[in-house]
Amino acid sequence: MEPVRLAVNGVTRSLFVAPHRTLLETLREDLGLTGTKHGCELGECSACTVLVDGTPILSCLTLTLDVADAEIVTIEGIGSIAHPHPLQRAFGEYGAAQCGYCTPAMILTAKAFLEEKPNPSEEEIAEAIAGNMCRCTGYLPIVRAIASVAAEDDR
Amino acid sequence: MRIDPHLGIVGHTAPRVDSLAQATGTVRFVDDLHYPGMLHGKILRSAQAHARIINVDTSAAEALPGVRAVLTGPDLPVAFGLLPVSQDEHALAIDKVRHVGDPVAAVAADDPDIAQRAIELIHVTYEPLPIVTTIDEAVEVVDEPIHGEGPRNNRHREVSLEFGDVDAGFAAADHVREDVFFYQGNNHAALEAHGAVALVEEDGRLHVFSSTQVPHYLHRILAQVLEIPEGRIRVTASPTGGGFGAKTDVFSHELVVAKLARITGRPVKIMLTREEVFYAHRGRHPVLMWVKTGFTTDGRITAMWFQTFVDGGAYGSYGAASLLYTGQLQTVTYRIPAYRFQGVRVFTNKPACGPKRGHGTPQPRFGLEVHLDKAAEDLGLDPVTIRQRNLIEPFSSTVNHLRITSSGLDECIDRVAAASGFRDRHRSLPWGRGIGFAIGAYMSGAGLPIYFNDMPQSEVMLKVDRGGGVTVYSMAADCGQGSTTMLATVVGEALGIDPSDLALVTADTDLTPIDLGSYSSRVTFMAGNAALDAALELADLILTAVADDLDLDPDDVTIGKGVIHAGDREIPWPDAVRIAEARWGLLVTTGTYTPPKDIRGDYKGAGVGPSPAYSYSACVATVDCDPDTGFVSVEKVWLAHDIGRSINPLLVQGQIEGSVHMALGEVLMEEQAFRGALHKGPSLLDYKIPTVLEMPDVESIIVESIDPEGPFGAKEVGQGPLLPVIPAVVNAVHDALGIRVDEVPVRPDIVIAALRDLERGGTGRYGPTDLPNYMFRSPLPVEPPPEPVRA
Repeated sequence: MEPVRLAVNGVTRSLFVAPHRTLLETLREDLGLTGTKHGCELGECSACTVLVDGTPILSCLTLTLDVADAEIVTIEGIGSIAHPHPLQRAFGEYGAAQCGYCTPAMILTAKAFLEEKPNPSEEEIAEAIAGNMCRCTGYLPIVRAIASVAAEDDR
Repeated sequence: MRIDPHLGIVGHTAPRVDSLAQATGTVRFVDDLHYPGMLHGKILRSAQAHARIINVDTSAAEALPGVRAVLTGPDLPVAFGLLPVSQDEHALAIDKVRHVGDPVAAVAADDPDIAQRAIELIHVTYEPLPIVTTIDEAVEVVDEPIHGEGPRNNRHREVSLEFGDVDAGFAAADHVREDVFFYQGNNHAALEAHGAVALVEEDGRLHVFSSTQVPHYLHRILAQVLEIPEGRIRVTASPTGGGFGAKTDVFSHELVVAKLARITGRPVKIMLTREEVFYAHRGRHPVLMWVKTGFTTDGRITAMWFQTFVDGGAYGSYGAASLLYTGQLQTVTYRIPAYRFQGVRVFTNKPACGPKRGHGTPQPRFGLEVHLDKAAEDLGLDPVTIRQRNLIEPFSSTVNHLRITSSGLDECIDRVAAASGFRDRHRSLPWGRGIGFAIGAYMSGAGLPIYFNDMPQSEVMLKVDRGGGVTVYSMAADCGQGSTTMLATVVGEALGIDPSDLALVTADTDLTPIDLGSYSSRVTFMAGNAALDAALELADLILTAVADDLDLDPDDVTIGKGVIHAGDREIPWPDAVRIAEARWGLLVTTGTYTPPKDIRGDYKGAGVGPSPAYSYSACVATVDCDPDTGFVSVEKVWLAHDIGRSINPLLVQGQIEGSVHMALGEVLMEEQAFRGALHKGPSLLDYKIPTVLEMPDVESIIVESIDPEGPFGAKEVGQGPLLPVIPAVVNAVHDALGIRVDEVPVRPDIVIAALRDLERGGTGRYGPTDLPNYMFRSPLPVEPPPEPVRA
């Protein structure tokens, strides 16, 4: 076990983790942040996406010890049912979540993308989420939801 | 009963009631459950495809520190299966294994790493047996059939039926054509892998949480296999991270986790890995099929003969029903005056197949719709016209005794053809680009339950608290399709309450009355009707109490949004509720739904196919094919769907777009294929599903035929829209390149092979030619129903 300080959703915590522990395991099992999902264990589905220093990364392929000094943001860090992030509200309004399993990762990927590119085209949105699998929606409402938030920011 | 919505809740686009919980990551999926002292379970699966188990040595695993329990087959000796006719599985294999991935032993340990090490320490001695992996092999009689001895050998089930005089129909035809098709199997690939958590509660009762679409069936089978009364077991269906039929069977891990919790007295969790999901499977059956149809010169069908050879994998699962579904619903779209259906489902040493979106019908629908495309070409008709000349009449009977009620199929066809400009573009696009057309139909719930009984299929209970809050109790399990939102919308409409203000308690065998589960697209029609029944009774209690209290004529008291209109007064809902509770006592109402009895025939096999209502779809797809690489990209899909009434258009459109996505995966890239008995790619790296970049523009057209028996006229949308997309794309590939691919998926190498054949002067056809060496028994003759009379 190695000591590590982790900054997650603005709170810094000290914990001991095994060297092979993934960030996904640490977030879900040690910190109880279960909004981050496990889908394929191979870095293919992207349901485990979290933001590390603002960049979407796959927490199932990331060792916790490797992100010791970074700022980590999970779905719990960007909004709540009482105070949702505009993307969280838009995903409901556009029907962008059906089973909801890929949704936290989609929203975090979209958030990072919109911060980099506030006025994207639908093609650019599609490129941005092309690594994230969704089995329910056919992606189209997800693109609409993200585009609606981009348009809102535009005003 | 009020049928037309008057409050504008039904028919109005609104977010799912759980949308913010989903978007904030607060939905508690089964893997998100943690209990103090929770153990982690792991299942050892066979690496042998077919072998006798000589010995299972668990001593090293038991000696490993941190291991709390080890199970093998004899610890759970009772056989089970979802269908009463297919009790052919054990939670852990006894005597022999039947496919790679068959569960053999299980452990519970302090953490997942110890559990993994422990199963690696279990030593199994096998005696390998000959394996059977193809339909051709499985129809032959072998010395060591996969399931014991018996005259059927590896032929699990056979059906042979004839409705009307098929030979006379062929004799009367001006044109007869025959085709052979193959549809490869594929996996649901729901993003959440299956999982379950079990614990023994303080009262000693077992509590199982599972990612299941069918908590009621899991409840029954847990009781059967663990040999404890249902009353001592509580099943909670956790919100399901995608179902599509994947979670409609009962699986080894759900039984094993419960046994481990009872042995250790501690909570236990088992989550399957993605690889295990591909081996647990229960996905689309591979089907080889042959169809022969007689036509008049103007394209009217005189008779049809359909044969299916269905690769079931190693267990029965839903297969007895799946087999019948490969033949029963052809007649729901077309008026077929004489129809012969013969099919056989075989056992092979591969993971068992089961229901996936469209259960047993996408395969024959693909064959039938491509067959009709070819017949239209033979007869010089356009593909739309040949369908229009054969459409089943609304409010009629099919030759195989299915009752047809509302149908918006005609309108679906007209609208996709017009929106896409199909008739102008077909056979007119430049080489490499093409347009294709097809139709489909699906059930709004299976007319019969899985196990025979005369009880309702859906029951809903409503309870009102003194502040006016209404709680809806239903066992309907939301697998993402939006069943909870549907219940809230139906009850909200009847009571004038915003759906987001209702409390919903769902999918829990202790708390909620029966719903058979989220399969066969049954929930909107059946649980929706039960919910409406309960809500109308509650409305009646409240309106009667208010009318009596104010000395008004009951006709002058009506439901408004959040209020009761009483003569010229408006009584706020909470006040009205208190008046009613003072009058009646506890305000609880119940509603039930039982399908009508007269919707089916009485021949053997007639139980599969009947439904209280059928949805209809029509699809046009355009494709752009690269003749150098063989890649097919779908440019646009027009999909018109007759849903009866759209209860929430946002969710309806979501089911249409999601169905298109899943269909495109099936037609272009997805295959549960094997090298011998070993899965070719049991991971999401190798098993490709479409990403957003493969997703074309979809124009969804919602058609409302207003079914006389559906809740507010509603029918299904979860499965039907998938069906026509697959043949529409295949027909479009023909229009683009002149080749005929009679096999799904249409992989690039197949396109190239067909093009090469065309270049060499061949027909440009790719697909199976030979049928297995199998003689069906002579068909059981069934008298067709009398000529339909339009209601």
